[in-house]
Amino acid sequence: MTNYETYHHDVLVIGSGGAGLRAAIEASAAGVSVAVVCRSLLGKAHTVMAEGGVAAALGNVDDRDNWKVHFTDTLRGGQYLNNERMAELHAKESPDRVRELEAWGAVFDRTDDGRILQRNFGGHKYPRLAHVGDRTGLEMIRTLQDYTIHLGVDIYQEFTIVNLLKEGDKVVGAFGYDREKGLFKVFHAKAVIIATGGMGRIYKISSNSWDCTGSGISLAYHAGAELIDMEFVQFHPTGMVWPPSVRGLLITEGVRGEGGVLRNNAGRRFMFDDVPESYRAQTSTNEEEGWRYTQGDKNAKRPPELLTRDHVARCIMREIREGRGSPHGGVYLDIAWIKEKIPNATEHIRRKLPSMYHQFKELAGVDITKEAMEVGPTTHYIMGGVKVDADSQMTSTPGLFAAGECAAGLHGANRLGGNSLSDLLVFGKRAGEYAAAYARNTPAGKINEREVQEIATAALAPFERESSAAGENPFQIQYQLQDRMQELVGIVRTGKELEEALKHIGELKEKIIRVACSGNRGYNPGWHTALELTHMITVAEAIARAALQRKESRGGHYREDFPEKSDAFGKVNINIKKDDKGEMTVTQVTKPKMRDDLQQIVNEMK
Amino acid sequence: MASVTFQIWRTHASGGQLQEYKTEISEGMVVLDAVHQIQAEQANDMAVRWNCKAGKCGSCSAEINGHPKLMCMTRMSDMPQDKPITIHPMKAFPVIRDLVTDVSVNYRMKKKIKKFKPRPPDAPDGTWRMAQSDIDRIQEFRKCIECFLCQDVCHVLREHQLHEEFVGPRHMVYTAALEMHPLDVEDRREELKNTGGIGFCNITKCCTTVCPEHITITDNAIIPLKERVADRFYDPLMRLLHLFSKKKNNH
Ligand SMILES: Cc1cc2nc3c(=O)[nH]c(=O)nc-3n(C[C@H](O)[C@H](O)[C@H](O)COP(=O)(O)OP(=O)(O)OC[C@H]3O[C@@H](n4cnc5c(N)ncnc54)[C@H](O)[C@@H]3O)c2cc1C
Ligand code: SF4
Ligand code: SF4
Ligand code: FES
Repeated sequence: MTNYETYHHDVLVIGSGGAGLRAAIEASAAGVSVAVVCRSLLGKAHTVMAEGGVAAALGNVDDRDNWKVHFTDTLRGGQYLNNERMAELHAKESPDRVRELEAWGAVFDRTDDGRILQRNFGGHKYPRLAHVGDRTGLEMIRTLQDYTIHLGVDIYQEFTIVNLLKEGDKVVGAFGYDREKGLFKVFHAKAVIIATGGMGRIYKISSNSWDCTGSGISLAYHAGAELIDMEFVQFHPTGMVWPPSVRGLLITEGVRGEGGVLRNNAGRRFMFDDVPESYRAQTSTNEEEGWRYTQGDKNAKRPPELLTRDHVARCIMREIREGRGSPHGGVYLDIAWIKEKIPNATEHIRRKLPSMYHQFKELAGVDITKEAMEVGPTTHYIMGGVKVDADSQMTSTPGLFAAGECAAGLHGANRLGGNSLSDLLVFGKRAGEYAAAYARNTPAGKINEREVQEIATAALAPFERESSAAGENPFQIQYQLQDRMQELVGIVRTGKELEEALKHIGELKEKIIRVACSGNRGYNPGWHTALELTHMITVAEAIARAALQRKESRGGHYREDFPEKSDAFGKVNINIKKDDKGEMTVTQVTKPKMRDDLQQIVNEMK
Repeated sequence: MASVTFQIWRTHASGGQLQEYKTEISEGMVVLDAVHQIQAEQANDMAVRWNCKAGKCGSCSAEINGHPKLMCMTRMSDMPQDKPITIHPMKAFPVIRDLVTDVSVNYRMKKKIKKFKPRPPDAPDGTWRMAQSDIDRIQEFRKCIECFLCQDVCHVLREHQLHEEFVGPRHMVYTAALEMHPLDVEDRREELKNTGGIGFCNITKCCTTVCPEHITITDNAIIPLKERVADRFYDPLMRLLHLFSKKKNNH
């Protein structure tokens, strides 16, 4: 019999990134009691790392921008696999969500007439990203954090959720432990919102923080919720490649937005060599025009460096694979060259891209105002995740909601930069609002004591195995998974490799049954990792299975054995669900026809 | 590759001690990489707090060879490797385990500071106008990643443990960002003086020296706040003026 403490709330939010905090604010405003549980300290969630900006059609810099343009940009970027209703809500509501941050104390960079400044980003037709230098995520999370702490929301920091609790079909709470002491906790709630972010850490080369293991996606899956679009992982084109210990660390797209260019080892701007059909009309064909675009010339077309991420990442891979890469296996990203164009380029770069300047200076010993950076693709974001209702963010499991990176639909096959921070705000708010409404109309469910005991026993099992010689080291299993995913489920995929990946994942599942840890329960990273492995492996399997199913190339998903887009696959989302026997099932679900008025907008903006 | 010796603080039932580990260092590694390597290979249960490994979240603060630093931004190549490198948890805060400290007091103190209160919107659409030049200085303060290294070195907190009496440099920076926010109409001078304990700061500038975000804590935040507090409480002329002018006049 294991002891545990129980907390009662109307709405439980798991995660304190942008999505979780925004959800908590809204639920709290609706007058219900709200708890936020997060396994890192408040204000340190992965959102803090976001750099470039938050996308919203404010039209402050170019008044031709409006929600319809943002909407069509999002669909074009997502290769029309997006949930159009989500894209519509997102484009319409993000301006208000950004202005609201200002009312809560956020201090965005300004235009000359004192309004919120917006910058260019890949796939966005007009300058659309509200930003603060290259630390927009910090500004956003701090604003939400400082606002939330005065609302009477209960915040449980450094608590990890390991299971959701159900009564029949419906979610009634969650089970977890506090990291400090390792004591078990049960959160009894009428509605649960998952806002746990992404999964970059299941790959070896990733821009993501420690926290991003995809655990919320797995929690939802094991609670019976459907997942969609799991094959769509975004590999950001520009991660650091050298030195090895910082490999994968992000270089914001803002560098290209400010005029940075990509070159191969022959000095060629290779992005001009391959511009996809759907973007040809809006992409410039000469370097001079591209430069003018980055400097705000409204009549200039966008340089090919600002094409969507999936495409840029693949072009970089091509250069590297064909032997035109840099010494450490990347290509060159050069912002220093702008000194040919503007006076005071050094100060300009340091002011516009301060974190990039420091990151390279301190971690690589490179001065980006003088030298080019070496860059290569890094695992960055997952477009797929928990399937949700567009308006309410409720999953297919009653009582369970999801918002932010762990939810899916808005981005389709590829996300545009800046569309995540706005996603967190728009759908975090909606999740909070609808979860609160659901909680008001739902009686509290019952926690099943036996289920809790079973979970607790399983959670402590790694300690029991401590002395057995066959015990597996949790960190080593994690490294093996990361290596396999990088190698076999990365940016270029084949059916054969995906099957091999699934075989390895099967073996790792066997291994985690033997995972062991030592020491005691207080702040024990070995134990924490051991408990996290199930989630990481579940998410890895879902990605590999979905990727195997989609026999075409589109957006973030590239199959070398099916390099073209297929019309048939262009009409379906890949759906993943746990069946009655506990097996992962994969189905193709036909997308409903787009609403006529939205279709018309898409046609008009072609 | 070189083998480097570390002495890392490990807690046990009756306290703690520095324990020695050796690990191989390769090019470009930072101290946090070395700690992770030791954790994965030799000490699975060694506690260390981290998130981003990019100097952005402020989780991995520790004292490396006695200097308060972010472990993820301290390159091994900048450390002398001929003698052991010591890593100690922040000394101003109680240790939870190994390198992890209890920094909850910071969250408590922050909550006591009056929140942002904007003036009514400037434009009918509910938005405000602010010039970039008017926000430059608070954007400096808003770079803070809440690593609490400044709190760690401040003698008022570190030696005298006056955590409940003095909010410390981090929260001076926070208060300065609010007080100098062009839209804010709240007045926090009284609380700065009383619950904030601004008088405890004797401008040693140790906080500024350790800030990984290079925020000029003392000169740009604390001293101007001290001046404001002094104006409010001791200068009769300023006091009178305040009666006639709106508290803030940024436009
Ligand atoms: C380097 C970088 C730069 C980026 N820049 C941009 C940008 O400029 N613009 C943009 O739009 N997007 C950007 N993104 C993407 C964006 O930052 C993320 O998609 C977004 O921040 C995710 O936010 P979230 O609220 O969904 O989750 P997160 O911020 O990841 O928060 C997840 C929360 O869940 C908690 N959690 C997770 N699992 C558990 C568990 N089991 N138990 C308890 N708590 C748990 C965590 O502790 C954390 O609090 C960037 C991403 C990276 C990596
Ligand atoms: S300047 Fe003031 S706040 Fe900073 S360390 Fe010295 S006494 Fe502390
Ligand atoms: S002011 Fe600087 S040292 Fe202090 S908490 Fe903020 S970032 Fe850290
Ligand atoms: S881990 Fe985020 S600052 Fe070091």
